[in-house]
Amino acid sequence: MKLTPLLERRIIYLVLLIAVTIPLLIPIGWKTEVSYHVRMAYDLIEKTPAGKAVIISFDYDPSTMTELHPMAMSMIEHAWKKDQIIIATALWPQGPQLADKAFTEMLKKFPDKKYGVDYVNLGYKVGGMVTIQAMGRSMETVYPEDNSGTLYQDIPALKKIRTLKDISWISSLSSGVPGIKEWVMAGHDMNGVSVTGGTTAISAPGFIPYINSQNQLIGLLGGLKAAAEYESLLGLVGPASNKMDSQSIAHLLILVFIAIGNLKAWRKRKADREKNTLGVKNA
Amino acid sequence: MKRTLPLVVVFMIGMIVILSEFIPHRPFSKINETLENWFMIISGFAMLLGQISLIQVNTSKIRNRDENWQYNLAGMISFVLMLFVGFMWGMEKAPGLAGHGESLQAVLGMKPFDYLFEYVYTNLSATMFSLLAFFIASAAYRAFIIRSFESNLLMITAVIVILGRSSFGAMLTGWLPESWNILHLPKLTDFIMEFPNSAAQRAIMISAALGIIGSSLRIILGIERSYLGSDK
Repeated sequence: MKLTPLLERRIIYLVLLIAVTIPLLIPIGWKTEVSYHVRMAYDLIEKTPAGKAVIISFDYDPSTMTELHPMAMSMIEHAWKKDQIIIATALWPQGPQLADKAFTEMLKKFPDKKYGVDYVNLGYKVGGMVTIQAMGRSMETVYPEDNSGTLYQDIPALKKIRTLKDISWISSLSSGVPGIKEWVMAGHDMNGVSVTGGTTAISAPGFIPYINSQNQLIGLLGGLKAAAEYESLLGLVGPASNKMDSQSIAHLLILVFIAIGNLKAWRKRKADREKNTLGVKNA
Repeated sequence: MKRTLPLVVVFMIGMIVILSEFIPHRPFSKINETLENWFMIISGFAMLLGQISLIQVNTSKIRNRDENWQYNLAGMISFVLMLFVGFMWGMEKAPGLAGHGESLQAVLGMKPFDYLFEYVYTNLSATMFSLLAFFIASAAYRAFIIRSFESNLLMITAVIVILGRSSFGAMLTGWLPESWNILHLPKLTDFIMEFPNSAAQRAIMISAALGIIGSSLRIILGIERSYLGSDK
């Protein structure tokens, strides 16, 4: 039976849907190996002393939540375990709500953490890199109040924070522009603050050149696998680890599709060659 | 005058910003600071402009009954609905024109805007992004075909990275001795990402940066004028 391209596509979609769904319902439990870049990001947070203020920038929207939200939760958990003060910012309009969502979920594990003392959500600011540059001169000018309208000077967590230079590390969880690149250029290169981050698997190759001897970017979490690796470093089985089986199966299935595609192309080439040879002989 | 004045303004501002990078002292630093504040304010207005443009484009398509105008109508209804609930009852801790909407919160469990964001927008966005997996699977089936040396190289690299980026890949070569570590699939993937990939990415980034410098200079010097609405 000859399959039409449309039918082929539909079969691929259906098989992939089944392959992705089954491991979500019946987990396999494959282990993930921690990569060097994830360990770099982990070590940066691990080595920061307690009481230091850090920034987690929520530079993504709900479309990439599956990959980036587990990273946000792991980083919040890690920073809180080390008693660091988290300042949430956002260069994307939907960021503040996603930050609130992550904090709400993590508060179930850390019920003692207080808003305004252990963490604060400064909300969204338009302007991308220029906003970060301005934060290098005065945080209060850029964020006169937090996301709920409390004045900057009335927030205890921000008492000692004048400029970006008072921040120990910045983590940009980014799914596009503005994001990691802007934080590297304005946060690290202009203000000397250590920058790390997380992004989608598809965007990660573009940021790897920033992990260099000048420490422009200290480690990078690329995609769901990196989020699962971070969870394993924290000794957790979190949302990323649970979804990794599905992703691994999907990867394997794509390899099977590639093999079938090549087999089909090889058979077609062979048939064409035979047809040509037959044509020459008949002529 | 109508065309000369913007060109003069662009030239002056461009030169001040460039000079302030090399002379980070007064008056340049102060002027640059003011310009950055202006930029943030103008960017805020750009969002408003985007919304006006969205309304104009969609209403025009609905009015003219263009192809698939029903989708534009659905988009406009969603836009107006989010705007309405946001204005009326606010979002998160911020109140709206009619306060916090306590009675609605009692039914929905949260403010209407937050409810729509959490249970409609978030899921629809995630669904759209997830569709990528299906397209990638279908594209891989058709695109990664062995035809030439280059396509072979692409396919071999893709297979290594796909396996290396899965938990299965680590398991597959986990038995290799320490001295063969480079052939361990996750390590091999890291190597590909860190060296061949970075080299190519750097070349692209440097080329793009040079292109941006060139374009910026053309704008500052008034050679490139298309941003004024015409290239003449």
